[in-house]
Amino acid sequence: MATPVLVDVRGLSCPQPVLLFHQQLRAGSRDMDVLVDTTASRENVTRAALSRGLRVQEKTEADGVWRLEIRQ
Amino acid sequence: MKNFFATRTGIIVVGLCIGLAAVFLQTMGNPPNMGICVACFGRDIAGGLGLHRAAVVQYIRPEIIGLTLGALLAALISGEFRPRGGSAPIIRFLLGMIAAVGALVFLGCPWRAILRLAGGDLNALVGILGLICGIGVGTLFFRAGYSLGRSAPQSALSGWIFPGFLLALLALYLTFPQQSGAPSSGPLFYSLKGPGSQHAPLLISLGVSLVIGILAQRSRFCTMGAFRDLLLFRQGHLFWGLLTMLAAAFAANQAFGVFKLGFAGQPIAHTDGLWNFLGMATAGLAFALAGGCPGRQLFLAGEGDSDAGIFALGLIVGAAFAHNFSMASSGAGIGLYGAHGALIGLAVAIGIGFLHSRNHA
Repeated sequence: MATPVLVDVRGLSCPQPVLLFHQQLRAGSRDMDVLVDTTASRENVTRAALSRGLRVQEKTEADGVWRLEIRQ
Repeated sequence: MKNFFATRTGIIVVGLCIGLAAVFLQTMGNPPNMGICVACFGRDIAGGLGLHRAAVVQYIRPEIIGLTLGALLAALISGEFRPRGGSAPIIRFLLGMIAAVGALVFLGCPWRAILRLAGGDLNALVGILGLICGIGVGTLFFRAGYSLGRSAPQSALSGWIFPGFLLALLALYLTFPQQSGAPSSGPLFYSLKGPGSQHAPLLISLGVSLVIGILAQRSRFCTMGAFRDLLLFRQGHLFWGLLTMLAAAFAANQAFGVFKLGFAGQPIAHTDGLWNFLGMATAGLAFALAGGCPGRQLFLAGEGDSDAGIFALGLIVGAAFAHNFSMASSGAGIGLYGAHGALIGLAVAIGIGFLHSRNHA
């Protein structure tokens, strides 16, 4: 299995986190780890991934940073 | 998802509450079709502080204070208060100024555009079309890689500055309350006639907006984002909130018998279609490039986002300029330099969009 692509969207304001997620999808990545640091980005990226039928598992990376493990 | 307000039902509930609350504030004394307007109320605050001297729009609007402090409260309770900033602050200030000028040429932020439409003001439809076009141009920049750069965590103090500024305004309001028949009280100005003189009692304004601030922080309600996400991602989540706000305010206006359909004779509105459209297009682009409608900027500022606080300060300063430089409209029509302001603002915003896109297409 290929290593998931790491997408770091920390510190980016709307709509860039979701936009970067979409860019990865278009580039053919289905498995990716997205690093987010606001709950709005966390919810938005999760919502976008779920609406495309992907699975999302959330892990706390550090205080205020989450890793969203998005898998096919 | 754990957060109820992040669900479809959640955002619908929030839109419903905001629509009803806005009409409620109108029945309690706020100006017609202006239960809540972040641009107009920012302008009134600028006037209340004497940053402009348009006597009809001077009042320290408690709604701006309540919306931000409500978001602050919700963020503190949920552990989402995270002081951050440093993403091109001076450009965000400028975008706030441009947004104020554009919105005051139209006479309202997106919230008021919705409330005006819900009251039957068809000029708002023209403004909303302009808003969508402005946001649409913004999405083109986003597709070209537009970004103002990353923000970084900052000190707690940094996150408290904007809410602290509003707390100071509240303290000033309480220390120097309105005196019957007097145009000023201490350093503050209070309109005796015009929209600035129309306001709900302090505690009602503050209480209602505090609740809205809490709900909006939890749900990430954003009127600009509603259109942007539809255009950019075909994602209708936020749009549901906007639609429900419109429907709720429409129904409430019907119930109170204040719905009046048409273009002419609408409260605090003019019928100049071209500038209703272009004013809101300018504002829409500025909101898109700054990442949120004026309301959302207040909620972000309440979460400790100092960049959003700087946008909001830019909005207040821009509103002062709009009146001092005769760029703001009135019921009589657009200001002497309204067209200049809107077009220069649009040009500057487009320039910012180009210079901050990766592919200078």
